[in-house]
Amino acid sequence: MPSWPALVSQAFNGLALGALLALVSSGLTIILGTLGVLNFAHGALFAVGAYVAFVILQYTSSFVLALLGCCGVMLLLGILLERVIIRLFYDRPDEDQILVTYGIGIVLVECLRAAFGGNAQRVPVPSWGRGATQLGFLIYPTYRLQLIAIIAMLLLGLYLVLYRTSVGLVVRAGIENPAMVGILGINVRRAFLLVFAVGVVAVGLAGMLYAPVVAVTPDMGANFMAQSFVVIVLGGLGSFPGAVVGGLIAGEIISLTSAFNSSYSEVMLYALMALLLVLRPQGLFGSEGRV
Amino acid sequence: MKFDRRQLLLGGAGTAAGLMLPGVGAMAQSPASIGTFPDGVSADSVFVGLTIPLTGVFSGDGGDLKLGYELAIAQINAGSDVARAWSLKGKGVLGRQIRYNVSDTEGKPNLDVQSATKFIQQDKAIMLAGSVSSASAIALEELGSREKVLYMVGIAGSNDITGKNCQRYGFRSQQNAYMAAKALAPVVAKALGKNIKAAFLVPDYTYGHTVYDSFAQFSKEQGWQEVAKEVVPLGTTDYSSALLNIANSGADVFVNIAFGGDAIASTKQAEQFGVLKRMKLVVPNLSSFQDKELGAELMQGVYGSCDFWWSLQDRYPLAKTFVETFVAQNKYYPRWGAHIAYMQTYLWALTVERVNTFNPVDVIKAMENSKAQPYDTTIGKVYFRAEDHQMVRPIPILRGKAPAEMKNPEDFYEVVDVVDGESVMNTPDFFGCKLGPYI
Repeated sequence: MPSWPALVSQAFNGLALGALLALVSSGLTIILGTLGVLNFAHGALFAVGAYVAFVILQYTSSFVLALLGCCGVMLLLGILLERVIIRLFYDRPDEDQILVTYGIGIVLVECLRAAFGGNAQRVPVPSWGRGATQLGFLIYPTYRLQLIAIIAMLLLGLYLVLYRTSVGLVVRAGIENPAMVGILGINVRRAFLLVFAVGVVAVGLAGMLYAPVVAVTPDMGANFMAQSFVVIVLGGLGSFPGAVVGGLIAGEIISLTSAFNSSYSEVMLYALMALLLVLRPQGLFGSEGRV
Repeated sequence: MKFDRRQLLLGGAGTAAGLMLPGVGAMAQSPASIGTFPDGVSADSVFVGLTIPLTGVFSGDGGDLKLGYELAIAQINAGSDVARAWSLKGKGVLGRQIRYNVSDTEGKPNLDVQSATKFIQQDKAIMLAGSVSSASAIALEELGSREKVLYMVGIAGSNDITGKNCQRYGFRSQQNAYMAAKALAPVVAKALGKNIKAAFLVPDYTYGHTVYDSFAQFSKEQGWQEVAKEVVPLGTTDYSSALLNIANSGADVFVNIAFGGDAIASTKQAEQFGVLKRMKLVVPNLSSFQDKELGAELMQGVYGSCDFWWSLQDRYPLAKTFVETFVAQNKYYPRWGAHIAYMQTYLWALTVERVNTFNPVDVIKAMENSKAQPYDTTIGKVYFRAEDHQMVRPIPILRGKAPAEMKNPEDFYEVVDVVDGESVMNTPDFFGCKLGPYI
């Protein structure tokens, strides 16, 4: 039985880990929830975000510029992908959407490999985030503490744009009945474009923020994509609040299990997902029959 | 073959078990046609099939590996001074130019087997080489033995390759996990102390477990005590929960067994958790580009073992020519992958010239007999052990240099010791090796 300080440390770590998982999953769930497209290029876009940060930080060493630059590049990439490819697949079967996004993912990853090689690139922790902070009996990396705050703000911003503005309303109405929204004189396609681009920016930012923590390689997104799927299944497919809660739950499960035996942490995560799929197939925040 | 055995038995040359010994087996006549021999040997060339991950998680090591093969093949084909220094004669091998093709196998064993099968069937490959992961190496070894085509193992550290999965047609040049751990533990204990508390980070697959078992065993013999063992899945991205346990374990040394991209992520995060400030880092097997990927700030003072480090050129003349020609051509210092590829291409060519035929049975028997006639290589004298096809070879022990100590941007390590291979070998049957038949 682990000591209380060890358990409390892991519970806190679960919160930080959960916040990161929530941000990583948010882009996936936004696109799935509003456009109905399961974006298999999610992992590759995560890596693109990290590489954009790598390039900008090499030249400027300004974290704010990297953040803004990443937003800009990912927004452009999102618009390009939606206009050129994705929009042609809204009315196609799910398997076509999966195949085309999967293909986009492969192309993006191999482009990164061609440009930067297969070895890991170094993205430094910003100067204000270096070192570790003593929190009572717990020592925790300063950058990860700051990430919790940054991620909370980003998630709040995303939520407000998608669920508290007329754009979000148009998009959700457009999914239910595009013809009717069109008759009302609203340009649904433009709203779809915006949502796809915002989803791409969200995952790109996740990659950018995570770059100083993980190994920045072209394949870095593969694992995050798998974890994002678990998170959105837990939270409910396509539900934005579900991704946040799902992320936090996943983080706590991984972390608290590690207090007992780290080799079971992922097993417990998948076991919980399986259990939830049996008891509540739509996930915690999902509604039955949607998506 | 059966006839030969009976003859030998009748002649009282030895028991049936004795016949399996290479010295005796070598007397038996080799079949005139086996595998891709002699179909794969034309008047002027032979084909070599290279299965290398150029994309996917092992692409960094794979790229290095490819350059090593290409350099050796070019030198051998040209009959260059370097090839002559390795004791090869003329241009090519036995007067034949080496043709080759590289197949990108993404590090996936099924693609390795597919590509190698194509090389054997369509191109009549006389030799196969490559792979970066132990899983790929095991699959290719089995294929080589089934198809009777020689396979030279690329980068692969698991004990199983020359242990329970060993094959008659497979030869490994790299040290296994056991050898690396047995060589490293005393050197590290001498440097860091005997009364040490150690925390282990263990990736949850064959490689991780065999390296852990071996290093835990040999460090314990040095008086070390294990205070934490965190087993994490292969390809973990966030090690925070495992690192919290390690940070709170009160250990003096952090033994990080994670390899490749996992080693980079876990070490970066360990530094952020303050683990590297409080503990010395030991890496039983240093990944090829770990130095560059993490930087000297993190790697300074780190102890680990490696297949090859370029500063070994100061000790071995053939290493010097290898490093110089590699740098001239590729503008960076060769790592572990390039070295394994380069050395084993030469070893194969040398052995073919020794027996004066490409017949794989003769080549295998000559490699098995190499203890009597060791090869002079980039790491000094080496030979393959007849019983399990593991190379008996020196093992370099490295220590990460501080940024101020570095004489050039790639001068990451100091070679603190080169441990004699004979002293660290496991017994041939220790990991259950049973080589299959020649024919």
